[in-house]
Amino acid sequence: MMRRIGPGLLVGAILVVLPFWIPSNWQNLLISTFYYAYLGQAWNLLGGYAGQLSLGHAAFFGVGSYTAAVLAIHLGLSPWIGMFAGAVLAVLLSQGIGYLGFRFGLRGFYFILLTVAAAEICRLVALHLPILGGYTGLFIQFRPDPWRFQFKGKIPYYFVSLGFLAAASAIVWLVSRSKMGAYLVAIREDEDASEGLGVDTLRYKMLAYALSAALTALGGTFYAYYQFYLQPNTVLSLNHSVDIMIRPIVGGSGTILGPILGSFLLELMGEFSRTMFAASTAGLSVAMYGVLLVVVVLFLPRGVYPTLAGWMRRKSGAAR
Amino acid sequence: MTLYLQAIVNGLLLGGVYSLMALGLSLIFGVMRVINFAHGDMMVWGMYLSFWLFTTLGVDPYLSILVTATAVFVLGAGVQRGLVTRILDAPHEMQILLMLGVALILENTALMAFGPDPRRVNTSYALSTFWLGPIVFDLPRTLTFGVALALALALYLFLQRTDLGRMIRAAADNRTGALLVGTDILKVFTLAFGIGAGCVGAAGSLMTPFLPFTPSTGLALTLASFNVVIIGGMGSLLGAFVGGLLVGVSESLGAVLLVPSLKEIVTFVLLVFILLFRPQGLLGGSR
Repeated sequence: MMRRIGPGLLVGAILVVLPFWIPSNWQNLLISTFYYAYLGQAWNLLGGYAGQLSLGHAAFFGVGSYTAAVLAIHLGLSPWIGMFAGAVLAVLLSQGIGYLGFRFGLRGFYFILLTVAAAEICRLVALHLPILGGYTGLFIQFRPDPWRFQFKGKIPYYFVSLGFLAAASAIVWLVSRSKMGAYLVAIREDEDASEGLGVDTLRYKMLAYALSAALTALGGTFYAYYQFYLQPNTVLSLNHSVDIMIRPIVGGSGTILGPILGSFLLELMGEFSRTMFAASTAGLSVAMYGVLLVVVVLFLPRGVYPTLAGWMRRKSGAAR
Repeated sequence: MTLYLQAIVNGLLLGGVYSLMALGLSLIFGVMRVINFAHGDMMVWGMYLSFWLFTTLGVDPYLSILVTATAVFVLGAGVQRGLVTRILDAPHEMQILLMLGVALILENTALMAFGPDPRRVNTSYALSTFWLGPIVFDLPRTLTFGVALALALALYLFLQRTDLGRMIRAAADNRTGALLVGTDILKVFTLAFGIGAGCVGAAGSLMTPFLPFTPSTGLALTLASFNVVIIGGMGSLLGAFVGGLLVGVSESLGAVLLVPSLKEIVTFVLLVFILLFRPQGLLGGSR
């Protein structure tokens, strides 16, 4: 037990003092890493553990970010409270999509397409709702006040995003160790067989979807108050759904460390291509995502983390 | 009344190209059971090629179809040979992720090569129209419809009447059976993916005279093709054809009945209903 707690405490201590020692562009990089790892962790519950690939998580993200922002702008409600209103709405949406999809037995490609269609409908509707700012988007005025979820400097954002990631990872860890986690993996591996063994597959898929949607929506609130600008064509786009999905898949979906490792690798790669090739080649970093996706599917179909872990285990086994 | 009739005619004219796009997607899915997430991006490369041929050499887009269809055929066949063939037996999700990767590469290389500004091919006849009774026909759209229809018919005849076409259909019906009677399955797959891609490349050229496009148009076109084949029926060529016309008309009517920028929502709602109540599509067989 000590052997596992020791390194954990060390990593925790490093993460706490780290932001005070690094320049602000590195702070940005780490905030982005934590934040996308958080979203990846949320996606991981449904896509990784339960094996229900969603390519429409931007919808929950959008619901969460817009709800908290609109409640704050028009009612003066603190985003710390508003974010839970967004999460409730996202859960309702997920249950709507999930009930339709799972009830009618949509699997694989058909389920993916249903999630895409749902997110696209949300995007089109958001573009035509005046209260959300439509095409111009929604600007959030910067008035630093922790109660308004607005902070001076990067360091508070660093700790908020780190806290989000830690909380989501803890939730996913708890779920994965619970009966529900075992059921979800059973559903992923063989849905018909687990149904035959008495697993209420519909119920557990719906639960995973609800939890995943709620966490994604909370992440949307963080984004709204980190970027101070929301536009349906970015927040609710299919590209954004890909952004959410790609990190856990590259890192290793269905594992706790997968989304975190994936997010770290992708941020590093993004930063590298930005500094190497400057801004003149817009699109290069996304093209490299594409290459990465192809490479992962062809050579590391289980993701980087499981492959690495298996390699380390073999290595230490050979040493003994 | 004339307004709606006009909308239906416009929708049908646009639907012809949708049919051609969807035929390509349906052929690829029918033969390999792989969903080409890069379909729209292959189409956009066809569009840029037409645009480039028009601006540098003055080749009319209806002529450059020959070049673009061939080029995108080669692109599709290359993707099949290099990538898809390695994951034919992998889970669906893996295939989708691979094709999504290809889509991101194609879209963003187009962005790097041509920039984000909208392009269009300004032909001399771009704004020509003619009247049939109370209905206006836009000349480029009508031409595009005619050519798309001819290409779809040619594809149908190729699949029905030629030996190669029969080989492709046999492989689609029963891969093992086709292998047993000595079909060169690798060749058939490469050919089918190439033809499917060629269709969408040609469809791209056909759209350039009236559709301004950017690299990110590809995603919208991929989604449009998915909508058409799901509505018409996955793997069914007739379904893809009918679905294309139906989606064209529903978008066109949606633009008249709702706001033009909301036109896709009609298709998405139609798609959701089809997914829920008839996931095999209007004309598809059993799943």
